Amino acid sequence: MNRYVWPLIGVAVLIVFLNMGLNHGDPKALPSPFIGKAAPEFELPTLKNPEVTIGKQNLLGQYSIVNVWATWCVMCKVEHGFLLDLAASRTIPIYGINWRDSRPDAIRWLNDLGDPYVASAYDEDGRVGIDWGVYGAPETFLIDPEGTVIYKHLGPLDPVVWQREFVARMNSGGAD
Amino acid sequence: MKPRQQRMLAVGLAALGIAIAAGLTLRAFQDNMMFFVEISDVAAGNYPKERNFRIGGLVVGGSVQREEGSLDVSFEVTDTACVVPVVYNGVLPDLFREGQGVVAHGRLDDTGVFRADKILAKHDEEYMAPEVAESLSKHQQDVVDAAVAGAAECGGNNDS
Amino acid sequence: MIPEIGQFALILALSLAVCQGVLPLVGAHRGDEAMMAVGRTAATGHLVFAAVAFACLTWAFLTDDFSVLYVVNHSQLSLPTVYKISAVWGAHEGSLLLWILLLAGWTVAVSRFSGGLPPAFAARVIGILGLLSVGFLLFALLTSNPFERLVPAAVDGGDLNPLLQDPGLAIHPPLLYIGYVGFSVAFAFAIAAMISGDLDRTWAKWTRPWTTVAWLFLTLGIALGSWWAYYELGWGGWWFWDAVENASFMPWLIGTALIHSLAVTEKRGLFKSWTLLLAITAFSLSLLGTFLVRSGIIVSVHAFAADPTRGRFILAFLAIVVIGALILYAWRAPSLDSDAGFGLLSRETFLLLNNVLLVVATALVLIGTLSPLVIEMATGGKISIGPPWFNVAFLVPMIPLVLLLGMGMQTAWRTQDTAAWVRILRIPAMLALVLGIAIPWLVYGRVSVLLVVGCGAAAWIVITSLLPILRSLRREKGAAGITRSALGMSVAHLGMGLFVLGVTVVSAFGVESDRALRVGESIEVAGYEFQMRELRNVQGPNFSAIEAEIAILDDGRQVATVLPQKRQYLVQRSPMTEAGIRAGLDKDLFVALGDPLGDEAWSVRIQYKPLIRFIWLGALVMALGGLIAISDRRYRSGVRAKAVAPVKAQESPA
Repeated sequence: MNRYVWPLIGVAVLIVFLNMGLNHGDPKALPSPFIGKAAPEFELPTLKNPEVTIGKQNLLGQYSIVNVWATWCVMCKVEHGFLLDLAASRTIPIYGINWRDSRPDAIRWLNDLGDPYVASAYDEDGRVGIDWGVYGAPETFLIDPEGTVIYKHLGPLDPVVWQREFVARMNSGGAD
Repeated sequence: MKPRQQRMLAVGLAALGIAIAAGLTLRAFQDNMMFFVEISDVAAGNYPKERNFRIGGLVVGGSVQREEGSLDVSFEVTDTACVVPVVYNGVLPDLFREGQGVVAHGRLDDTGVFRADKILAKHDEEYMAPEVAESLSKHQQDVVDAAVAGAAECGGNNDS
Repeated sequence: MIPEIGQFALILALSLAVCQGVLPLVGAHRGDEAMMAVGRTAATGHLVFAAVAFACLTWAFLTDDFSVLYVVNHSQLSLPTVYKISAVWGAHEGSLLLWILLLAGWTVAVSRFSGGLPPAFAARVIGILGLLSVGFLLFALLTSNPFERLVPAAVDGGDLNPLLQDPGLAIHPPLLYIGYVGFSVAFAFAIAAMISGDLDRTWAKWTRPWTTVAWLFLTLGIALGSWWAYYELGWGGWWFWDAVENASFMPWLIGTALIHSLAVTEKRGLFKSWTLLLAITAFSLSLLGTFLVRSGIIVSVHAFAADPTRGRFILAFLAIVVIGALILYAWRAPSLDSDAGFGLLSRETFLLLNNVLLVVATALVLIGTLSPLVIEMATGGKISIGPPWFNVAFLVPMIPLVLLLGMGMQTAWRTQDTAAWVRILRIPAMLALVLGIAIPWLVYGRVSVLLVVGCGAAAWIVITSLLPILRSLRREKGAAGITRSALGMSVAHLGMGLFVLGVTVVSAFGVESDRALRVGESIEVAGYEFQMRELRNVQGPNFSAIEAEIAILDDGRQVATVLPQKRQYLVQRSPMTEAGIRAGLDKDLFVALGDPLGDEAWSVRIQYKPLIRFIWLGALVMALGGLIAISDRRYRSGVRAKAVAPVKAQESPA
């Protein structure tokens, strides 16, 4: 074997290694432990009317999305316009979980910027968020009519993500 | 110089080059590597003493405090299970925000406070340092288990 | 409608690329002239349709067509028009389309200016370029279609990343890609030569100008990226050894080795296997760079949004292309040994050392870039390798290279008389040493070993670069005795000297300071006084900002006013810092706004950067050197000879 084969061997090794690197993990994929499982039960006062409570049972019977948001969350403002458009299109009910926030601030925020939510649950201490595996805002869950979590998206929603991750899953009838 | 000698010269130089490269690489893996340590590990005491390392997590909402008019800032970083306090003196990066991912370089002092000499924050809404994301997702399950079991959140699991 | 036309144009471009790729190669194998000629026509058609596709995408941006997914993601109604255009190549799908367009462009250029090449060889080159185009077109059509529709269409887009809304960054990708893609020409020449077995010196002669052009554009592209990072992104830093930066730097290093190796092969018929391997490696590193940036395997602030599917495609393409090339290499290289020899003290030796050192440098950069991934896969530990390691590691091959550079330029081919050589270099060496001590000490007030080495090396390069010009002028007694090729060499190396000087001085003497500042207050940094005169709100086309008016005084005399801003872009809501820079060839004074600190104070980062412009000036001069070199008579006469010949043929029957 002549020495001119060495570059070939070196490159072959490099390519094998790079392929392993690809398999090693998609750095952006974060499997949530909840996908495919039933959404956790919860019972929280709504944001605007503390006497009225909201819980998992409100989500059943159709596809719905649950959006975790807060006034201290900058990216929530970014996706807010899209949520308003989505709500106006009446394709799917949007429920909010106002997470670790101040109630008056949150109500004012919705009054100023618009309210896309059917209702927002007020999770002051974040306990329900923990149950749902939330660790940041914004996060959005897709729930099927039986109350199973189909998908969770981290970060702001936009038309691309909506189309590619949410609509696609609803059309194919569930989790992939 | 005959071709044969040329070749030997080339091989010799190449070997020298590789030796240098190897030497430097080994040196790097001792001196200049920055280890990433999870928040829960820091809280449990598993971190490199006497040298700089990196931590990463989410900035705890409501924890950012600034001394009025001063560049000193303190905040807390969490992986949703444990929390580590951080202090820093300097200009914070543009996308440093509560509830967002952050990575800090520095070392832990005797009082358990992380003294950061460099702060890196998310660069866009989609980018989260992979170490941070992985660390968060690892502990998320612990947190859920703990919440279900009614046990303490931080320090409950030292198996990572 | 228009996006569909664009999509269709891409498909047509693909079919033409297939013809362009297959037919000329088959034709060259069979000696079929008609088939070989198809390559040229197919290439032109391929370019036309690639241009149509590109135009359609640009049109979609300019007309705010938010039914196209890519436009929605990267544009916005209030985005200034010039950035709507640059947004076309601002992300993965669009930049891939740009790559395809430029590859088609280079191919047509090669087919137009290759009159001196034997038809079979030219056909093979165009064929290889066609096959490469097929790969990229398939990549686009199968995994990264820029014309994907969004139904229902969005009302407005998500805006272009504010970081990209900048003139510097707008031209950076086109310049860079012209370079990256240009190395595919050298690659195609190498493959064609290996297939045909025609590996004589003329192959090197043809390859050289194409490679130099690609190299000079890559130089410009990298320099522009560095300059942009300085004023926009890095808070005063100009190179971060980021994976994406390294992805463009590695092909540059090998490209530099390649143009030097081509010189030897052209002049003396030596180093043929080196040159072949370098040509293959340069383009392979371009492909590797694309892979690293688009696959998500390495996370970087610069990287495009990751997608492992795309990563797999590029990796497969990379594997096929590079392994195929290296098989050819292993087959052909053994028979390339030449009997010509050279003395120990000769230009060949220096260029051989040059090759080795540049390859070592490239290997170090590659190791540093990939090691974190290796270590994580092997041990699970997460480490980062950053500037501290790279800066040291890179200097190890670079310092000898810089010293040898000066010597090599004064060394004759084949064999050099040692005594004469020492005589030529004695004074420059002493002068360099003296300047190496004088510059840091007298101008900046401090000396150290590293400073003397750095400034001395810079002086050494500058002086030795000018020497050939001076010696040639003296020899020829006034006549222009120096060829453009040699002049280009001197100028390019001179640029390198300026670069080294800039890096040394700014690294050693630059000052950075984070401070708190209120309106009406001043602070002192590096002997200058920075006074905040006013803080106000300003409005831009798609952003609102807080602007500080900062006066810079030197000994009480005002030398400049800078206006750093903290911008909030309306759609993406991400804050962005626009630094206020007082630029000068001798130094930059750099002010960036931080955050409000309460008590009416703001944090500011102030930097004093002496000679930092020399870094980019050096790169510009390097590129200029390349430009001068390719304007050499022997390339121009090639074209003229072709034009003269037919006329002569008509006249001669007499």
